[in-house]
Amino acid sequence: MELVVNNLSCARGGVPVLERVGFRLTAGQALMLRGPNGIGKTTLLRTLAGLQPALEGQISSPPESIAYAAHADGLKATLSVAENLLFWARIFDTNDITPALEGFDLVDLAGRQAQNLSAGQKRRLGLARLLVTGRPIWMLDEPTVSLDTASVALFGRAVAAHLKTGGAAVIATHIDLGFSAQSLDLTPFRAAPQKLNDFDEAFL
Amino acid sequence: MIALLKRDLSLSIRAGGGFGLGLAFFLIVTILVPFGVGPQSDTLRLIAPGILWVGALLACLLSLDRIFALDYEDGSLDLLATAPIPLEAVVAMKALAHWVTTGLPLTLAAPVLAVLLNLQGAGFGWLVLSLLLGTPALSMIGAFGAALTVGLKRGGLLLSLLVLPLYVPTLIFGAESVRRGAQGMATTTPLLLLAGLTLASVALLPFAAAAAIRVNLR
Repeated sequence: MELVVNNLSCARGGVPVLERVGFRLTAGQALMLRGPNGIGKTTLLRTLAGLQPALEGQISSPPESIAYAAHADGLKATLSVAENLLFWARIFDTNDITPALEGFDLVDLAGRQAQNLSAGQKRRLGLARLLVTGRPIWMLDEPTVSLDTASVALFGRAVAAHLKTGGAAVIATHIDLGFSAQSLDLTPFRAAPQKLNDFDEAFL
Repeated sequence: MIALLKRDLSLSIRAGGGFGLGLAFFLIVTILVPFGVGPQSDTLRLIAPGILWVGALLACLLSLDRIFALDYEDGSLDLLATAPIPLEAVVAMKALAHWVTTGLPLTLAAPVLAVLLNLQGAGFGWLVLSLLLGTPALSMIGAFGAALTVGLKRGGLLLSLLVLPLYVPTLIFGAESVRRGAQGMATTTPLLLLAGLTLASVALLPFAAAAAIRVNLR
């Protein structure tokens, strides 16, 4: 299990934001993406997750190995916590949601509708979804937003446990999560300001 | 895939799910038209097939923008796009869920409401049959339109404009088969064309819609 990124350039809204990004991640490792707002952390993660094509460069990872967690948690307000998790478990062909509920301290909330959760609880539910995907590489975009200190520690332990079982994680974050990880500052990879001369892009 | 269908169906019957929206609209149209046209039962009988089909079509149109917009807004669509089930299957399941919550109730309610429009007795069976054959095409074409406009804020207007011309063949052959059936003429040709439209859209449009979503998610 290995994620290798080579000479990757990606664009947002037709404008290149990052170029020549390269790193290598093996089982048990985590990579922290650092850099100021707007540098392209989200764009890089979306490109890695396969949601948008790379301008150039290669991403090599085992097929069906990436679980992506965005700013939005993808929760349905009128479904309960357990129903939300169970839905994602079935989509990813796993069945057991108990470890996810326990791992993010959601057992007591299992029957509550997602619309009645606090922002932090919603975030925890969104992160618990990663555990039911059963996928080895996690792509996390600002996972600790609206989490309190205890929940950040909870999340840190979940990621550490995931790494210990042979997983990997790419995390865009501004804070320290309390486990050892390599760090990648994206500032040097900022794309030179230029306009794409691809005329069609405006229409695609 | 079944999980997605189940989720969409249970979402639609919970608070704010919009299950009865299309049905209520259909009810309103078929009740109001006789008041507007007046009590001449001959006129009503003449226009009944067309009004019923136009009503069903507009009722379908009403809930189209919910197919993908809600999932797009809360981020589920991104997550579904990275999930192991293919996006084509997601589109097909969502169209199916839309049909079960809109097309199917319309089909079942249509014979009851047709009484208000004084549809001839012979036409009732054909009305149900033609709606059963035609409404899946409405849902599938609608899902394609919704996929095209998924990233747009308030894309409902554009969606209606895109989808309406695509609905026209279904409307023509649907209403025509009811009209012929009601007058005791042969209905084979319009019904076959209607079935052909449905089968073609179910076979082709999931791929087109999935491609549109991929572009819109970039």
